Amino acid sequence: MSLSDLMMVLPIAFTLVWALVLLLIDLWLPRERQGILALLTALGLAVALGLDLAQSGRSGSAFRDMVVLDNFAVFLNALYLISGLIALALGYDYLKRMEMERGEFYALLLFSIAGMMLLTQANHLILVFLALEFLSIPLYVLAGFARPRLESEEAALKYFLLGAFSSAFVLYGIALVFGATANASLTGVIEAVRSGSAEVGFLTAGAVMLLVGFGFKVAAVPFHEWAPDVYQGSPTPVTGFMAVATKAAGFAVLMRIFLNLFPGLATSLTPIFWGIAALTMIVGNLLALAQSNIKRLLAYSSIANAGYLLMAFVPYGNAQVAGQAISSMLFYLLAYGLTTFGAWAVVVALEQAEGRGLTLEDYAGLGPKYPWLGVTMLIFMLSLTGVPLTLGFWGKFFLFRTAVAAGYVDLAIIGLLTSVISAYYYLRIVVIMYMRAGEPRVRRDGWLNLVAIGTAAAVVLLSVVPVQMLELTARAVLHLP
Amino acid sequence: MLQDYLPLFVILVVGFAVALIAVLLGMLFGPRRPTPRKAAPYESGIVPYGPGRRRMSIRFYLVAVLFILFDVEVVFVIFWAAAARQLGWLGFLAMLVFLIVLEVAHVYAWKKGALEWD
Amino acid sequence: MHMEVMSVTEPLFRLAPGVVFLPVAGILLNLLLGERWSEKVVGWIASLATVGAFGVAVALAVGLSRHPEGAVVPLLTWIHIGDFRVDWAFRVDTLSVVMMLVVAGVGALIHIYSIGYMHEDVRHNGDPRRFRRFFVFLNLFIAAMMILVSANNFLMLFVGWEGVGLCSYLLIGFWFEKGAGGIGNALAAKKAFVVNRIGDFGLLIALFLIFVNFGSLDFDAVFGQASHLAQVAPGVLTAITLFMLLGVTGKSAQIPLYVWLPDAMAGPTPVSALIHAATMVTAGVYLVARSQALYLEVPLAQSTVTWVGGLTALLAATIALGQYDIKRVLAYSTISQLGFMVAAVGMGAAVAGMFHLVTHAFFKALLFLSAGSVILGMERGHEAGHHHQVELDPQDMRYMGGLRQRMPLTFWVYLIGALALAGVAPLAGFFSKDEILAAANLKFPAVFGILLFSALLTALYMGRQLALVFFGSPRSEAAEKATESAPIVTAPLVVLAGLSVVGGLINAPGIYALEHWLEHTLHTVEAIPFQWTIAASSLAVALIGLGLAWWLYGQRPLPSPRETDPLARLLDGVYHALERKWWVDEIYHALFVRPYQVLAQGLAQAVDLGVIDGIVNGVGQLARQIALWWRKWQNGYVRSYALTFVVGVVLIVAYLLLR
Repeated sequence: MSLSDLMMVLPIAFTLVWALVLLLIDLWLPRERQGILALLTALGLAVALGLDLAQSGRSGSAFRDMVVLDNFAVFLNALYLISGLIALALGYDYLKRMEMERGEFYALLLFSIAGMMLLTQANHLILVFLALEFLSIPLYVLAGFARPRLESEEAALKYFLLGAFSSAFVLYGIALVFGATANASLTGVIEAVRSGSAEVGFLTAGAVMLLVGFGFKVAAVPFHEWAPDVYQGSPTPVTGFMAVATKAAGFAVLMRIFLNLFPGLATSLTPIFWGIAALTMIVGNLLALAQSNIKRLLAYSSIANAGYLLMAFVPYGNAQVAGQAISSMLFYLLAYGLTTFGAWAVVVALEQAEGRGLTLEDYAGLGPKYPWLGVTMLIFMLSLTGVPLTLGFWGKFFLFRTAVAAGYVDLAIIGLLTSVISAYYYLRIVVIMYMRAGEPRVRRDGWLNLVAIGTAAAVVLLSVVPVQMLELTARAVLHLP
Repeated sequence: MLQDYLPLFVILVVGFAVALIAVLLGMLFGPRRPTPRKAAPYESGIVPYGPGRRRMSIRFYLVAVLFILFDVEVVFVIFWAAAARQLGWLGFLAMLVFLIVLEVAHVYAWKKGALEWD
Repeated sequence: MHMEVMSVTEPLFRLAPGVVFLPVAGILLNLLLGERWSEKVVGWIASLATVGAFGVAVALAVGLSRHPEGAVVPLLTWIHIGDFRVDWAFRVDTLSVVMMLVVAGVGALIHIYSIGYMHEDVRHNGDPRRFRRFFVFLNLFIAAMMILVSANNFLMLFVGWEGVGLCSYLLIGFWFEKGAGGIGNALAAKKAFVVNRIGDFGLLIALFLIFVNFGSLDFDAVFGQASHLAQVAPGVLTAITLFMLLGVTGKSAQIPLYVWLPDAMAGPTPVSALIHAATMVTAGVYLVARSQALYLEVPLAQSTVTWVGGLTALLAATIALGQYDIKRVLAYSTISQLGFMVAAVGMGAAVAGMFHLVTHAFFKALLFLSAGSVILGMERGHEAGHHHQVELDPQDMRYMGGLRQRMPLTFWVYLIGALALAGVAPLAGFFSKDEILAAANLKFPAVFGILLFSALLTALYMGRQLALVFFGSPRSEAAEKATESAPIVTAPLVVLAGLSVVGGLINAPGIYALEHWLEHTLHTVEAIPFQWTIAASSLAVALIGLGLAWWLYGQRPLPSPRETDPLARLLDGVYHALERKWWVDEIYHALFVRPYQVLAQGLAQAVDLGVIDGIVNGVGQLARQIALWWRKWQNGYVRSYALTFVVGVVLIVAYLLLR
């Protein structure tokens, strides 16, 4: 270990230390001064973001190849940190008015983000597992943060039980990969696969188990059923954070491990990915149709979006499109993240105590009465549907292009058809907002408005320069050992 | 390489088979005449009383968790101590970081009142 | 950004994006913050934004005087997909800068005028809150037009093209709840939009053909290969130019798509001035002038364009004779004058066409704004009178008369505008019209005859209008009590009157400043020699027309509004046809609109409701049913979730084993 090793994980280390400090500060902070903690957290996240961005362009490995640094990690780390900032903005007022402002919220958020960053940079399967738990356990607690509301406690318990269940699969997968190659370091495994000393049967089984475990994290069908219940029960800012950051982290580790370790298994694994992607798109979109609760609806929407992302990942073993797959997926994660956070901001604005204000009917009359909020929600719904002039359109466009370029026209068609289905439930919200009379009750909060208007502006304005955005994500390449 | 796992596989199969056979035989040949007394939970000979689900104070769990936490800490420290000289100052530093992190948790638990019974 | 580094030699050229972004800044300021500002602030911010754009255009012109070859100022790459690439860059050359100067210059005067005009208009129409909306639209109009003229490729030009189309729709329908039957204005706006769509369709096809055949939409790339394509595939180039012509007839109001323009005066008067003089309708003329390289290769397209222009000039001039609405006369006059310009650019005399475009912008803006002043005066007179409960059409010339004494300033500037339009030397219109006639005489003698006759009619209908509005005695109480407008309304009129007087000098014989200026862009400029005979006959025609008008209307003014028009007594049945605009609207309705409506109705009822909706609803129902059935799995029990999980794993493993 040396200083240069530490530099490679500086954003992670800083976030961790900051979280510990916040935990201690909270102990001696009077109950009514909790606002300071939020500001300090934001400050910490901003510093970590700065540290992270300062690393862009650098690459290498540290701690005896335990962690790596590459632009891929820098990009995703920035995504997690910004997600954290937005989640803070959403929670600032929400936590207070829902009477759940406890100092641990901030430390747990930071711990979870640190776990995500570690997961993205991990170059050793044991570290992958450690980071996975590290990001998950704080989330289990955060899901139950609305204690003593039963729904929230239920969400936390379900998430924990099924999360532990899926962790077992990850662990089993790691064991199998280790059994097949006698190595747990990614570099070592690659070496073993390359030299032909790996036992292919075990390796395939291990890959499948890892796929199952990561599939749970990104809420891919059939490992998705926790998502609606957990998304609904969790405090809404936490839900938004889970929908964006956790999903991004799941895809990050999926990309790093599968593209590095298992390109040789593509003939066996690609059909499995194909099936999961198709099922996820179909089930997510179909079930979203039947929802009347906005949080559940957005939960299914996030499942469906995982399906679109997986669609671009199906041809991961095809070296010609792998680079395109990464950049289009990162682009989509960005587009999806901005849009979804915006939508969750609107949800937070309408949510009342005791889980009221969350049905679709509560959105009636929102458009005419609160034009700004209505227009931003309209933009988010259009972007999620994939209508041109929004970032969501370009995101889907690039994903579809990747799938078609790799010869999976069938998947692209499924994606298109399910997008058409999704238009029904997204636009239904718009219809309710503008065409039904109603008296929506909206919480006026500057930070919420900032998030909603800021993300809406980004969704529209960035869509003018899609090529430049794609070039940005194309630079976020994986570091191949 | 796979052959090395053959004994393991045999044990697995035998284990499953024995359990399955025992249950199946019992189901096939055993007479079934349940009475309330027979259907009651087996409590090592003591007559069961009251409902099975009883509330336990959360403090038991807290203490248990804290015990495990600091118990595991000791496990780590012992291993480090055994090789402290070879690991040198760098190892000492790493151990220090570990202990500080743990101490933060300790202070947190203390301040939150997790260590007080009432 | 992968913009090839182009050396922009002249630092002033770097300002070019300002012509679009200053009006956009005006829009944003008024849109976001304008709600609390007073009318004055809103109006002046919008006006200053346009004045700023004019300043930028002037700076660009100064730069061009030093570097006449111009430059392309890159901004960003808009679309880049495979080989297809579209940049947003600003083309600074003598042609585009002339357009910028006209658009921003005349536009700025119209903005300033609107501050005074709309102040009264929003009150007269009973919704003062729309004042801000008006100026936002006005700035948007300028911005869109600037995108159009500063484009460096056909796609950006099309963006601006559609932008002005949208703005015209918004502004024509500004009082969308007013007009005949409460929907008259909305119908006019819709008509403008739909007719323009037909033209846009032609332009779009032209763009597709250009991209397919040239592999690019950039002006330089396309024009550079034009002569090559003319040899390889002359038919394709003919198709491109003719489809483009369809677009031109839509936007520049030529036969057969001119019908929207007369209705477009449903918008507030400054909008009419803006559409007719500075923006929108000039776009078509500009497009043909810009695409000279294409047209010069196709003689058939050239003659088609010329004939379309000539016939439009004649047809519209005849209709203008039979109108009583002060703005409607001017509207048909615009169509007629656009015919002159289109004919000029069609026959290859692009300089003459652009020259007439510039001078026409001056005096037509002047005439429309003065007409607005007249209308305001009539409205004030009507309010002041005893019968102000009675509905009065303040635009009907039959109720005017004798306004010369009541609105002297308006009268004088109107007189200057009318004489300039009629082509009386030495006012601006004389020189530009003369140049077009001279060119036509050289190349298309038949069209020359048509245009000369149109010029006669032009002088006649303008003389008729002057006589009806300003001379004689008032024919209604409103005209009797009419008063002069406020200085903010009349000041721009005076400026425009000045320009209408001296505007001809920019390309008068012996000076030819515009010609030398445009030479740098239009490489095929042919000098058209000044011919005394043409000039004399043009002036003679103008004077004859005015004299005829005086003989008919001036000598013995119309005594009352119900009196038959003297010209009608002379022409009888023909005049009725003029009054009804040759029944073109009715013919179009019977020939196109009705059958279309019948077809649409049939499709909507039988095919759409029956077949399509049936399928769609069926699929929707099916999806819902599947969703409801599938929901049973989502039962809330962790154990069943874990079971699904395991079933998934088992299926995957089974697949791997059985594969």
